[in-house]
Amino acid sequence: MTSEEAPGPRDIAVVAFAQTDHRRTTAESSEVEMLMPVLHEVLARTGLKTSDIGFTCSGSSDYLAGRAFSFTLALDGVGAWPPISESHVEMDGAWALYEAWTKLLTGDADTALVYAYGKCSPGSVRDVLTRQLDPYYLAPLWPDAIALAALQAQALMDAGHTDEPALAAVGARSRTAATANPHAQLKGDVPQGDYVVRPLRTGDCPPVGDGAAAVILAAGERARQLCPRPAWIRGVDHRIEAHALGVRDLTDSPSARLAAENAGAFERPVDTAELHAPFTAQEVILRRALRLDDSVCVNPSGGALAANPVMAAGLIRIGEAAARIHRGASDRALAHATSGPCLQQNLVAVLEGEPR
Amino acid sequence: MPDVLSAPLVVEFPFTRSLGPVQSAFLTGLRERVVLGVRTTDDRTLVPPVEYDPVTAEEIRDLVEVTPTGTVTTWAWNHAPRRGQPLTTPFAWVLVRLDGADTALLHALDAPGPDAVRTGMRVRVRWAEERTGAITDIACFEPYDGEAGEPGATGKSVPAGGHSGVFGDPITGIVAPARLDYTYSPGRAQSAYIEALSARRTVGERCPSCRKVYVPPRGACPTCGVATAEQVEVGPRGTVTTFCIVNIKAKNLDIEVPYVYAHIALDGADLALHARIGGIPYDQVRMGLRVAPVWTEGARYPDHYRPTGEPDAAYETYKELL
Ligand SMILES: [Zn+2]
Repeated sequence: MTSEEAPGPRDIAVVAFAQTDHRRTTAESSEVEMLMPVLHEVLARTGLKTSDIGFTCSGSSDYLAGRAFSFTLALDGVGAWPPISESHVEMDGAWALYEAWTKLLTGDADTALVYAYGKCSPGSVRDVLTRQLDPYYLAPLWPDAIALAALQAQALMDAGHTDEPALAAVGARSRTAATANPHAQLKGDVPQGDYVVRPLRTGDCPPVGDGAAAVILAAGERARQLCPRPAWIRGVDHRIEAHALGVRDLTDSPSARLAAENAGAFERPVDTAELHAPFTAQEVILRRALRLDDSVCVNPSGGALAANPVMAAGLIRIGEAAARIHRGASDRALAHATSGPCLQQNLVAVLEGEPR
Repeated sequence: MPDVLSAPLVVEFPFTRSLGPVQSAFLTGLRERVVLGVRTTDDRTLVPPVEYDPVTAEEIRDLVEVTPTGTVTTWAWNHAPRRGQPLTTPFAWVLVRLDGADTALLHALDAPGPDAVRTGMRVRVRWAEERTGAITDIACFEPYDGEAGEPGATGKSVPAGGHSGVFGDPITGIVAPARLDYTYSPGRAQSAYIEALSARRTVGERCPSCRKVYVPPRGACPTCGVATAEQVEVGPRGTVTTFCIVNIKAKNLDIEVPYVYAHIALDGADLALHARIGGIPYDQVRMGLRVAPVWTEGARYPDHYRPTGEPDAAYETYKELL
């Protein structure tokens, strides 16, 4: 085969996005009952049926609701019988999107459905997340998610990168932006509140809630047929740091920076960034690591501080960024997702719309 | 729409893990009130120690004793301790870089209040009274005024360079008990199913697209991917589609073995449910056997199914449900 004949990488785009209204509780619905309307909505946006989809990939964690194998039950909502080509990651749906993007790059499929859901309301999510920690040195101490984020926030203050009023401003800006987001859970004038774990106050922490989201990916011409202005994925990468907090510099996010570099984020400025920063201090860290200045519109959706359905909140960042490109509000956007304690693992996607 | 049901659910499990040589030495050391780190090839000392260099992924085995005193690198005040955390009174979460170490250890600091805590403050280990070879052998840290202490908190002299890391009766594994509490809600479709069962009725749901009736309903048709909503009472009688003979007694289950566990297609249902078969010797149960539920006083679901005495169902009538 000559090099002229070798196929180039395929162009793949996010062509549709849908999400639930995110709410404090959805006790009236099982996971599949909560998820199904979103699957129908995202399919309806493209006119595709389940049987038209080449690959399906989802992200969720059964620990959130304490419901074993909920991800297999959720497949009922897709119409998975007769069997479909399908995969699941026990991670945020952003990583399911990464898998689907890879699958489309190989040429094995032309379309992919990616969905994620999180039901935080049945349990205590800050305690549930302790179970993702190292079982030898960390998990036996039950350091909850807010405590670990507070250690990071204090380190950031000690380094002189922020202070309590600056953090409060991050929360306020997010919830003000969320007033334009009909799906957001926490919006408008939200009191900064008391310390939860000092230095973090209620306002520095994400709301606890349930929700789901779905996107459809398509390759090449298929994407143009399905969407008037596809959000082309120019690059995606994810990188991880050491698990132990004590070996990391908690005031920086070298893994986010490296992922952004590999995704091509620094080649040209972006106009929009959707950052998955569940805690205010993490937005400060990510803005520095990703070199986002004041010219960039950060989290116009309100971000995870306005709605944080765990396991879906990262995928929602990609969906929100893509939706802005779809409607012409952005030409080049960065979307970020995180996983693990204190921004341990980070995924960055760069999305672009074609010139109008 | 019936009320949505909910019930407390506790998920509890002992997380049993074996230890590598470095973790084993570290946790055994804690039992003996010795804190060990591990040296990397670029001469950094990691505490707590790991088996592989987090930067180079090299296997690292060079143990080195550090002192039980150190410096707080960051902290967070926890005014409301939660279950399982090191202290039951308000405390500070801290990352502590022990003297002689290049990395920090997460633990709790017992201090009177947030005003008594700052980054850079000196602290020392408070050992637990009873130690088993676990990170909780460090009860917590406490404020400490002195300079770097000597390795060997026991006050005994230690060999030059500190402890060798070799102990009698080393710890080879840990059990980390986990418990998570939930309020379980089965959702709309399953709530309706359970409500109907309390009146000894079995109610499934029909798919609006393919017309199949699912029992128990899960809220969606797995073939069509659409919501089921139309409620359909099925049974009470049904047909055994397939079965197995259970020969091993289950823990906490008061049923004599052998017994038969079967898939039963209730009349009117397009999905078989499963239940125990009684009222017939285990070796006489067969595919096509017609059965009916047996309820016991106060039960929320049938105790088992028994033969009705009807002629067996023809294979053609249930072969699609196998
Ligand atoms: Zn159907």
